[in-house]
Amino acid sequence: MASLIACPHCGPRPKEEFTVKGDAAIARPAADAGEDAWYAYVYLRDNPRGRHKEYWHHTSGCRRWLVVERDTVTHVVYAVLDASAQGETA
Amino acid sequence: MSSFRLSKGGRIDRAKPLDFTFDGKPMQGFAGDTLASALLANGRQLVGRSFKYHRPRGILTAGAAEPNALVTIGEGGRTEANTRATLVELYSGLKAKSQNRWPSVDFDLGAVNSLLSPFLGAGFYYKTFMWPAAFWEKVYEPIIRKAAGLGRATYEPDPDTYEKCWTHCDLLVIGAGPAGLAAALTAGRAGARVILADEGFEPGGSLLAETAAIGEKAAAVLLEETLAELASLANVRIFSRTTVFGWYDGNVFGAVESVQKNTAAIDPNRPVERLWRLAARHAILASGAEERPLVFGGNDIPGVMMAGAMRSYLNRQAIAPGKRTVVFTNDESGYRTATDLEAAGLEVAAIVDSRVGAPSSWAGRAPVFPGAVVQDAKGGKALTGVTMIKGGALETIKADALAMSGGWSPIIHLACHRGARPVWSDAKAAFVAPQTQDGLTIAGSAAGVGALEACLADGAEKAGNVLPSLGFSSAAAAFTPAVDTATVAKPLWCVRGAKGKAFVDYQNDVHLKDLRLAVSEGYGHVELAKRYTTNGMATDQGKLSNVNAIGILAEARKVSPADVGTTTFRPFYTPLSFGALTGASKGKHFQPVRKSPLHDWARKNGAVFVETGLWYRSSWFPKAGETTWRDSVDREVLNVRKNAGICDVSTLGKIEIFGKDAAEFLNRIYCNAFLKLPVGKARYGLMLREDGMIYDDGTTSRLSENHFFMTTTTAYAAGVMNHLEFCAQALWPDLDVQFASSTDQWAQIAVAGPKSRTILQALVDEDICEVAFPFLGAKEVSLFGGKLTGRLFRISFSGELAYELAVPAGYGEAVADAIMQAGSPHGICPYGVEALGVMRIEKGHVTHSEINGTVTPADLGFAKMVSTTKPDFIGKAMLSRDGMVAQDRLSLVGVKPLDPATTFRTGSHILSEAATPSLENDQGYVTSSCFSPNLGSTIGLALVKHGPKRHGEQVTVWNDLKNEYTKAVLCSPVFFDPENEKLHG
Repeated sequence: MASLIACPHCGPRPKEEFTVKGDAAIARPAADAGEDAWYAYVYLRDNPRGRHKEYWHHTSGCRRWLVVERDTVTHVVYAVLDASAQGETA
Repeated sequence: MSSFRLSKGGRIDRAKPLDFTFDGKPMQGFAGDTLASALLANGRQLVGRSFKYHRPRGILTAGAAEPNALVTIGEGGRTEANTRATLVELYSGLKAKSQNRWPSVDFDLGAVNSLLSPFLGAGFYYKTFMWPAAFWEKVYEPIIRKAAGLGRATYEPDPDTYEKCWTHCDLLVIGAGPAGLAAALTAGRAGARVILADEGFEPGGSLLAETAAIGEKAAAVLLEETLAELASLANVRIFSRTTVFGWYDGNVFGAVESVQKNTAAIDPNRPVERLWRLAARHAILASGAEERPLVFGGNDIPGVMMAGAMRSYLNRQAIAPGKRTVVFTNDESGYRTATDLEAAGLEVAAIVDSRVGAPSSWAGRAPVFPGAVVQDAKGGKALTGVTMIKGGALETIKADALAMSGGWSPIIHLACHRGARPVWSDAKAAFVAPQTQDGLTIAGSAAGVGALEACLADGAEKAGNVLPSLGFSSAAAAFTPAVDTATVAKPLWCVRGAKGKAFVDYQNDVHLKDLRLAVSEGYGHVELAKRYTTNGMATDQGKLSNVNAIGILAEARKVSPADVGTTTFRPFYTPLSFGALTGASKGKHFQPVRKSPLHDWARKNGAVFVETGLWYRSSWFPKAGETTWRDSVDREVLNVRKNAGICDVSTLGKIEIFGKDAAEFLNRIYCNAFLKLPVGKARYGLMLREDGMIYDDGTTSRLSENHFFMTTTTAYAAGVMNHLEFCAQALWPDLDVQFASSTDQWAQIAVAGPKSRTILQALVDEDICEVAFPFLGAKEVSLFGGKLTGRLFRISFSGELAYELAVPAGYGEAVADAIMQAGSPHGICPYGVEALGVMRIEKGHVTHSEINGTVTPADLGFAKMVSTTKPDFIGKAMLSRDGMVAQDRLSLVGVKPLDPATTFRTGSHILSEAATPSLENDQGYVTSSCFSPNLGSTIGLALVKHGPKRHGEQVTVWNDLKNEYTKAVLCSPVFFDPENEKLHG
């Protein structure tokens, strides 16, 4: 129905403006990191209960990719950072 | 007017009579009536039939919890079924109909179900309809479906409009009763932006029906003064007729405002309902409390009413419930009703108080029977009397109205929408919600406060407490602290020994025995009992019944209600119309329409359009005398290959890419090399997903050292843009690269065919001969002697000598006209996406029909494009897995029928020549097919195991849906001009 994401560039905006991509706590491996690392990066996802970092795209706003840290149970949003500030080592 | 309307009193405007009809019968009420009060005033107590047993039912409540008085309002497309008469504001011309009855509510043949009631108990679906299995679909389900539900929805479209809006406030106060008004006033005086929302058409809540004084002041005066002060505060907004139905993340509340549901003369320029998203920094829930019914025999007979509702009708609308009323109560509420009835000159026959030590402060005329209960109400379509048990003795009392009160349950739905669970409080004999949560405070009787003064004080105090955290200095509370003098009664969950049915859930016809049966059959868990008996599953969501049901389950299980617990509260608090949820998104506003800048040009040239996603693309351009689409498409294809054609390709995604690292970025995005693409050149690029499958394709041109222009497929334009942004921002933020979508800024025109160069040279100022502008050239060009600048690309999807010319969108039509004019002597024709598709299949060019998410570059014959020297690109790592390089992967081939007179369809499967259809024998499938006028045959592209090694093999193309078997041969996917001679003109 409704809820708000506090975009670091645009302020609190309705979630309908955003697109969620998924787990932001995984880093893209080096090209030669080996099959296991790549398999984990492409296919394996945790589904944590509680705190979780996700990539959200402010698709209908500033078009920045953000890292939203939120609680999957209570939906409390702890932090929203620009993905570039987060870097690859999230 | 009938004797049910008292000659004086109430908040109705007797100078404003309103005519309405009920079941076609003309009736009259006054401004200030609800439909329910107007029906009562007209002596209409029987207003509906119950869900299962078709029992006659009357008006039970005066609010949102009403389970019985569900009526159908309006006609035609404005028909609204299952509307609670208690919430409908009466208006002139209102047409209401009763439900679930045939032929009439007074004489209903469905009432025969009552005789079958021994077979219709809890779980009857599960027990009765088990066998024979074949009967379920043919016999039972149609009967149940026919009998199910109450009102009937209309099939006609709703002619009215709805809208959605957002608004913001410091403090949202939900409920404009005593606590809510006090909270709003306190916060309003402190300067906070306040929204006070209330579902009624008049703010005031219980104060509207209150006869007691607060201090020295009459309740009505206090209400009037409070509303006047609130109205004078610019920072306070009062939303009447607005139901807050849900509490969501980010402290956003959903609410629906009735704008024009109180009139028959609907202004078409305004919405009838408005869906609000209220973003509140804090909210105070002052939703009040719900009075609980008492569970005794015949407690659903018309004439039985909640004590508080009876008081409301009496004091707000001057309605006499009957001539002789019995009050059955276990708390103060019954006595207040008796007081007001006697004050209005009405007879109270008895006050039956289940409490042994009933309070002795009663000073009225009616006799009080402490420690007594009403065992059964008597009557059919109207109450005639009650049987009372006192000290084991049975006594009959004649009465035509019965007021009941079983205590109060705080209305805590909203407070439990975000995960909080209600907790049983022995002290309050009620389920209460956590009193403060982040962003929400509960006040007044919703918080379990009882007395009126205490509710006013509580609302003021709670608002005062929250103001500092919102940045407002806590102004003096609008009302002074008060002690809650209300006593809490021990609940009476049910009366034993009743002869008649004792209803718990009125709307779903669940009675006492059903719940006891559920416990005895092992379904005593609250969630199981709900589903076994359907208690609480009707549109009222158990507002009246849930707490009683929990109490009854607790008694039967010999535990505390705390151990039984509640089912889960979820939005919506009350039913919401689809219209409000839909808002403006219907009809032509359901989704936007995207039109190419060349749309009007295509239309004036006779295009037939096809919807592709949001786009309207020109499909073909029929000429006089052409009777089928194939006639037009065949002509367009042959003409392009012989002369020239012009096609609108503006819908392709277009992305401008800038930055000193743009080349490096593209090198990582595409699987083929882009780092050294020369300025002035275009290149076909394949973009993979990280799993190695192809994501999208298109050409990207280097317009200057640090400026690239990418085209994507029409369908993936938005997805590719998101993908590029993700890679740039999240994966490689160190790269200097920026993007701008320019899909809508450019009109892009393909000009294809042997004469295309000659035609375009007439417009383009620069020399575009083969030497000056060879295949894959890409550059800015001057047009019409310097009048316009465009971008010219020497690229070809058709396999012909071809160009794509991009001009600023606003010039599209004029430029297309100029090309048509220049091409006219050369036989140019417009062609659409169908001809485009035929020509690309003839050339074996792939689209998303082939790039279907399961193909690697090698599967489509692009193995050599994939860079082996780049250190990294999206998809590189996964591309070398065993499965991705397996020899038997489905790979691209051409397929054509052995006999050109035969054909096949896209989606058909490929079988080895003599094989029978089976999963094991499946060799692949046809991804694209068309009729090629150049080959005079159907041709297709297919993904087939070992495809490229099987050219020349005879196969069977099989379509089980149409039972078609076509003999065919696999071949090269390039059917036409395999040496690409035409490409170079």
